[in-house]
Amino acid sequence: MYDVIIIGAGVSGCAVARELSRYRADICVLEREEDVCCGTSKANSGIVHAGFDAEPGSMKAKMNLEGSRRMKALAEELDFPFQQNGSLVVCTDGEQRDGLERLLERGQKNGVEGLEILEREELLRMEPNLSEQAAAALYAPTGGIVCPFGLTIALAENACENGVEFRFRTQVDTIEKTENGFRLTTPQGTFQARTIVNAAGVYADVFHNMVSRKKIHITPRKGEYQLLDKTAGRHVHSTIFTLPGRMGKGVLVTPTVHGNLLTGPTATDLEDREATDTTRTGLDTVTEKSAVTVKNIPYRQVITSFAGLRAHEDGDDFILGQPSDAPGFFDCAGIESPGLSSAPAIGSYLAGQIAEYLELERNPSFQPTRKGILDPAALEFSKRQELIQREPAYGRIICRCEGVSEGEILDALRRPLGAKSLDGVKRRIRAGMGRCQAGFCAPKVMELLVREGVCDWDTLTKAGGDSWLICGKNKDAIGKR
Amino acid sequence: MREYAVVIIGGGPAGLAAAVSAAEQGEKEILILERDSELGGILNQCIHNGFGLHTFQEELTGPEYAARYIEKVRQMGIPCLTDTMVLDISPEKIVTAVSPREGLFQIQAQAVILAMGCRERPRGALNLPGYRPAGIFTAGTAQRLVNVEGRMPGREVVILGSGDIGLIMARRMTLEGAKVKVVAELMPYSGGLKRNIVQCLEDYGIPLKLSHTVVNIHGKERLTGVTLAQVDGSGRPIPGTEEEYCCDTLLLSVGLIPENELSRGAGVELNPLTSGPVVDESFQTSTEGIFACGNVLHVHDLVDFVSEEAAGAGRHAVEYIRGKRGQDICGKHGQGTALAIVPGAGVRYTVPSILHPERMEETVKLRFRVRDVYRNCYVTVRAGEKQLLRRKKQILTPGEMEQAVIQAEALAAVLPQETITVSVEEV
Repeated sequence: MYDVIIIGAGVSGCAVARELSRYRADICVLEREEDVCCGTSKANSGIVHAGFDAEPGSMKAKMNLEGSRRMKALAEELDFPFQQNGSLVVCTDGEQRDGLERLLERGQKNGVEGLEILEREELLRMEPNLSEQAAAALYAPTGGIVCPFGLTIALAENACENGVEFRFRTQVDTIEKTENGFRLTTPQGTFQARTIVNAAGVYADVFHNMVSRKKIHITPRKGEYQLLDKTAGRHVHSTIFTLPGRMGKGVLVTPTVHGNLLTGPTATDLEDREATDTTRTGLDTVTEKSAVTVKNIPYRQVITSFAGLRAHEDGDDFILGQPSDAPGFFDCAGIESPGLSSAPAIGSYLAGQIAEYLELERNPSFQPTRKGILDPAALEFSKRQELIQREPAYGRIICRCEGVSEGEILDALRRPLGAKSLDGVKRRIRAGMGRCQAGFCAPKVMELLVREGVCDWDTLTKAGGDSWLICGKNKDAIGKR
Repeated sequence: MREYAVVIIGGGPAGLAAAVSAAEQGEKEILILERDSELGGILNQCIHNGFGLHTFQEELTGPEYAARYIEKVRQMGIPCLTDTMVLDISPEKIVTAVSPREGLFQIQAQAVILAMGCRERPRGALNLPGYRPAGIFTAGTAQRLVNVEGRMPGREVVILGSGDIGLIMARRMTLEGAKVKVVAELMPYSGGLKRNIVQCLEDYGIPLKLSHTVVNIHGKERLTGVTLAQVDGSGRPIPGTEEEYCCDTLLLSVGLIPENELSRGAGVELNPLTSGPVVDESFQTSTEGIFACGNVLHVHDLVDFVSEEAAGAGRHAVEYIRGKRGQDICGKHGQGTALAIVPGAGVRYTVPSILHPERMEETVKLRFRVRDVYRNCYVTVRAGEKQLLRRKKQILTPGEMEQAVIQAEALAAVLPQETITVSVEEV
């Protein structure tokens, strides 16, 4: 019997796990995929929103503001990349001007600092590539960008180091209330816990509805993106939004913390909770809509495109805490944008409620800091020399596009909750994330995965499950035909 | 800081030939920097034959062709650092590199020869819609897995793009026991050599579908199939022509991109038509003392031409240094008339794109690619109104690099303000 089982190792689940590890408790995270950060947390804009969008008084507004305020300190504590690059909501004609004023007012009500409306001339000084139609913009200096993998993995590793257990490839099928908690069934066996955290992303309504009569309903809302080469990364410096509409914040153009340029997302409501495929129409829409605010985006330099699903709840707000008819069951549902920005706050908020409910004691050995994977390129010349002398693997570059050394990849494999697949390596250390999209480094990373005993050639995968990469040796199939 | 006369970035066919040629000029201080653990570059995974017909009048495999040059490099005692990744080249020719043995280090070069080769266009660059499962490889990645690791990346294969590596891999995958169902090519003609279409597809009964592309990718974890569709004249899929193919593997052979990230850092001007540096007849780039050759300069289809071009770059780099040292009279770089060569009708690009008539050798070889398939046509080179060359060609295709040799004396009468135009004239 666990004290807490968290369903889902996305950013919210991992944030709750990390905050709960401040207390003495038996905590387990159940994740259906082979790694953390494989669902909604994996495919989003990577934005830390300043907090002016959400309806004043809503959970979204509250969590966003607090999360965004805490992100910088958290980035230092857990050593993940975060940058406060500022954001601009651009309005393109006179009619939209009211919208900008309303957004400013709303932001001020939410407590966002430093907001101001800038006119075209000043905007162009900041962002010379804004479109000809760009008339004015709401500037939020506290807007930022973060690596969604970096944040989620940092939270998970820190939780793990503080004693939280993670079980991957463990999909929860059913949840039942029991006398003193809950019973969860999975293909890997039955688990019991006094409390549950439902951080299941686009499936959170399914789990909620298993224990509560107050039904909720989540719509998977697809967002498609295009990612451009680092040579395009300075096309804009701030995150450029359009005025928000009924379906969300619209198509944005932003640099990423790693120096690429990202455009998207679209917003299409779906039934299928697994439809993370991109579409011709979707990608074309991104190209077209991004041009409304930013001109001359060099789309010839696209290196990849992807789609993610946001968990949009009918009530249009985060659902955090216990339904009145299911004590001990803590929802973390409807976590769409600004979910990533809110994660630090959501983690504390739910951990606090659970600690109170279970009357948990503080964990005196809680270790709040975590070291990320060492980046030799960030070291001074002489320090990098010393490092390679000590550890020659840091001198062998495996991924030429992103300049990732063998030393860094070995760290990604060996650390707690280490990478188990090509995508696991990619998310942790960016090998394969660059302009050749793993063309050159994939065979070398495969060799390292095998050499390190993470898997063998036949069990090597791109991202776990049935995503196999190699089917035997040359000519194996010839005799069998 | 260590100093070398000529530092060569890359120990593939271009870097090796450049090194041998520089050494043949009597240069002693040459250094090859190679990122892989072996010299030879991409030739090491090209185990098929057909290399060396022009250079050695023999049909060699890729590793055999590389070995000929590696042997010469060894005999001449040219130093090489393998496992060495160059991180930066400054316009002042300070090369920063890293390796497990040497650590992080810098070298001051008098001349640098860029020979970094090219990379394959990945799926992302095509923006193919659909899921992102395992089983989508560039043809070169699959070639490495099969030919170097001896591991099969799949059993049932569709190939998109008819570039040479894709054609070669269609045959290789078949020989190793996979079923290659179809090769789809977006253009109405193949991007590869005719001999590869015959020897790699036709001989194995593999269909080539021209004017076709992949419009959807199926399978969430491993690829389960692709949708092909016919495209119209502007490359747009024609609705209603979709066909489903079950396959677990999609190989992409959809173009090569010269790897010029280091060149940019060295202030080298790039030609948007080739994605490689702008060079003159001596293969010197816009940064003095930095030369370029091989696939980093423009994508070749035959390694023999890479070697020839690289030998030129090696020779000119040494001449450049001698000029600086005052040992030779060739050191007129940066002076004199510079004539621009522009691609005319039917021509996509030329290399070089600048000529210096006063300091060129007796002849210069212009290499170029055409835009489309042309039959029974003429290649002409003009300077203003003057015709410098006119040659009958039975067929020209974009997949095969062409060349035109210009005599230096023919350029003597060309005025500085006149541009040289290479064109295809249809009869």
